[in-house]
Amino acid sequence: MSTQVPDQTDDESSASEAETAPAAQQRRMEKKRQRAAEAEETRQTEEAEAALAETETYHLKVFRYDPEIEGKKEPRFDDFHVPYHKGMTVLDALMYARDTYDSSLTFRHSCRQAICGSDAMFVNGRQRLCCKTQLSDLEEPVRIEPLPHQEVVKDLVVDMEHFYDQMEAVEPYFQTNDLPEGELEEQRQSRENREKVKMSTRCIWCGACMSSCNIAAGDNQYLGPAAINKAYRFTMDEREGEDMKQHRLEILEQEHGVWRCQTQFSCTNVCPKDIPLTEHIQELKREAVKSNLKFW
Amino acid sequence: MYEHDVIVVGAGGAGLRAAIAAQEEGADVAIVSKLHPVRSHTGAAEGGINAALREGDSWQDHAYDTMKGSDYLGDAPAIETLAQDSPEEVIQLEHWGMAFSREEDGRVSQRPFGGLSFPRTTYAGAETGHQLLHTMYEQLVKRGIEVYDEWYVLDLAVSDEDAPEDRSCHGVVGYDIQSGNIEGFRARDGVILATGGPGQVYDHTTNAVSNTGDGVAMAYRAGVPMEDMEFIQFHPTTLPSTGVLISEGVRGEGGILYNGEGERFMFEYGYASNDGELASRDVVARAELSEVNAGRGIEDEYVHLDMRHLGEERIIDRLENILHLAEDFEGVDALEEPMPVKPGQHYAMGGIETDENGETCVAGLYAAGECACASVHGSNRLGGNALPELIVFGARAGSHAAGRDLGEAEIPTGKRGEWEAGDVETPVEPGAVEPEVEADTSGDAVADGGSGLDPDGFVERAAERATERVEALLANEDGRNHAEIRADVQQSMTENVNVFREKAGLEQALRDIRAAREAYRDVGVADQSRTFNTDLLQTIETRNIIDLAEAITLGALVRKEFRGAHWRKEHQERDDENWLKHTLLSWNDGSPELWFKPVLLEGEDKRYEPKIRSY
Repeated sequence: MSTQVPDQTDDESSASEAETAPAAQQRRMEKKRQRAAEAEETRQTEEAEAALAETETYHLKVFRYDPEIEGKKEPRFDDFHVPYHKGMTVLDALMYARDTYDSSLTFRHSCRQAICGSDAMFVNGRQRLCCKTQLSDLEEPVRIEPLPHQEVVKDLVVDMEHFYDQMEAVEPYFQTNDLPEGELEEQRQSRENREKVKMSTRCIWCGACMSSCNIAAGDNQYLGPAAINKAYRFTMDEREGEDMKQHRLEILEQEHGVWRCQTQFSCTNVCPKDIPLTEHIQELKREAVKSNLKFW
Repeated sequence: MYEHDVIVVGAGGAGLRAAIAAQEEGADVAIVSKLHPVRSHTGAAEGGINAALREGDSWQDHAYDTMKGSDYLGDAPAIETLAQDSPEEVIQLEHWGMAFSREEDGRVSQRPFGGLSFPRTTYAGAETGHQLLHTMYEQLVKRGIEVYDEWYVLDLAVSDEDAPEDRSCHGVVGYDIQSGNIEGFRARDGVILATGGPGQVYDHTTNAVSNTGDGVAMAYRAGVPMEDMEFIQFHPTTLPSTGVLISEGVRGEGGILYNGEGERFMFEYGYASNDGELASRDVVARAELSEVNAGRGIEDEYVHLDMRHLGEERIIDRLENILHLAEDFEGVDALEEPMPVKPGQHYAMGGIETDENGETCVAGLYAAGECACASVHGSNRLGGNALPELIVFGARAGSHAAGRDLGEAEIPTGKRGEWEAGDVETPVEPGAVEPEVEADTSGDAVADGGSGLDPDGFVERAAERATERVEALLANEDGRNHAEIRADVQQSMTENVNVFREKAGLEQALRDIRAAREAYRDVGVADQSRTFNTDLLQTIETRNIIDLAEAITLGALVRKEFRGAHWRKEHQERDDENWLKHTLLSWNDGSPELWFKPVLLEGEDKRYEPKIRSY
């Protein structure tokens, strides 16, 4: 996609400059031309090999479903054979399949760099972010399905509403009654405290954790790892103050809150941002116990 | 029909900030966005937010650096507004709980960035945009602001007077991606476009797949001029295989660029003898490609960015995200080896022409963020100046649309101020191809002359036209696939309208764009489903990409000088005599019209005299 074949006119103009340049420059230009020729040769050989060898393609089995299109109302798997290049991700392969073979193949994606959180899917039996999953790390055929435990809208697109509702159920915004005086005065926060909440702020709302959680699958009201982690981010932030911390722990201690977690670590295992979700939930349980003791 | 006081299109940094500001002003505001807010590309910003917060720094210095960085093509009223409002906006973010990196004394950290005379870039690791986006979305949830997420805006509802300056905007037409329903959205007080950049015009870009310049294209076809589109920023440090961004923060913290011979070329070849790696982005990007073209690149493609000497502790503390990006997208362990980097499309300095309150020449239509051009960045944006632009001008557009008096704007919009006609010779006719499948429906506001419609009527009419367009695209089931057309445009733009530009290449790009327009006449949508039809959406986005590619190329062809990010082989000098002016392009019902307006160098209490720009 991005590798530009050396441009012919470019080479020519550089070459004419080289005539007046010092000898070292000439040698470099010579080397450059040589390398370009070699690269072109390699490319041609590679292409020829790719054309010959079946092994240069990856076999994808992709889940398909559309509630209104004949033949897709019953879920099925479609096979795609995608030419492989080094560094190709699952997202690259899906985009290739869509742009080349079937423009109705539908999936969410945007940033391609693991920050927008759109493309979490169930790849070879595990929740993964497609844009940061290398094809070369996967067994063939690569089976791509929508996130489990969520309603499928179409193909690989799931309904995220329930996930968003849970995220928004924990008062997911900073609250304090104690802002510093003076228009341009910031609140102070220690480096240690910032470090403590850092990992929890990395969440990209991809939903992989929620989809992997057995408890969330069985209890629709369970807040789930992502929402609890969001609450952790504020509960542990020293800028909010003790009263607010107490208030947050009350939210988290509700029937479908932290105590539901059975520390199976599945959320932690699938988190593409390496957030220690289970540890955060455990820590909140301890905080809740501590604060309950305090009030006895 | 839905109805609100203010409608914001797009939910990145500028859109969220605009919505919050409008609500604080008492407006009933709603956001319509093709993505859920947290998916917006603001989240990918890494480096930081420039704000003069500390003793020894001042908004005047920030303004001066920005004007110099713009190569004297920014407008002083916009630049000074940015520099004045940024500190307050940054502290506001801190008060909303944003997780900034901190100093020992607990205050927010700042670091050096390219082209700055003071280390004024406030940051949160190398994930500042992510922290900013989520902090603002949290505020949206707190305030209960309504979001129509995964609704794609197909068009604006603009009245149809002859002169764009006499028109007014009454709402938008939305397409519910989940259901395929089309609805009008009436905006009683204003529509704010915050739709981001046009990175997908190029194939090697740091931008998201969603960055297709929709808002700019819609406004353009409704009569609002596009300003300074030729100025595209190529970021000097993107990963060669994917275009993923490696933050300028790496160089800010002391990262060094080496060529294939291990030379620190920024100094050794005199590209920037004072500031070296921390010269302005345009300077560094050209230096890298010059090295590669002189045969001193690595694999004839890229150079090395080395940060190993900073030490693991400092890297993890301030640049941890970079380690993940280099590992995941280039397979490089940046603690052990240098990272390969090359220039990639990153940012559009130009966009929808606005004043410093975010308002366009069409009454009730605003734009803020990367889609807008006030102009803050002129011909080159400084690192760390995009995020403050989002929050400063997002807030201003939001509160102004909701009725707050921000004083009369000094920047004239449309042909209200001084202007001169422009002309450029092109190898093919730019603009609409006749008969265009969409000519009646794509937002040509003057299609049927004075209609005497009321505001609801304009929204209804726009919705009807958008419906016709969607039906026409779906009916052409066996038409051309948009993906090919898009790829052709992207490749031509990367080849011909890149860092180094020459006349023949620009002309070739115009021919390719014309060919894409011809091909687009027969574009169709194979997916016949109304449910989550991304085939349809991408087909519509592709049309926007074509319009923007043409505007960028026309601007590049007409501007016969070298200024900021715009380098021309045939014109190697900045020409203040003839080119101290903005390029504007009006759609003019399908026959694009080029014109110019002067740059405003007169600041609040001084004039910014153009000087030779050296780093």
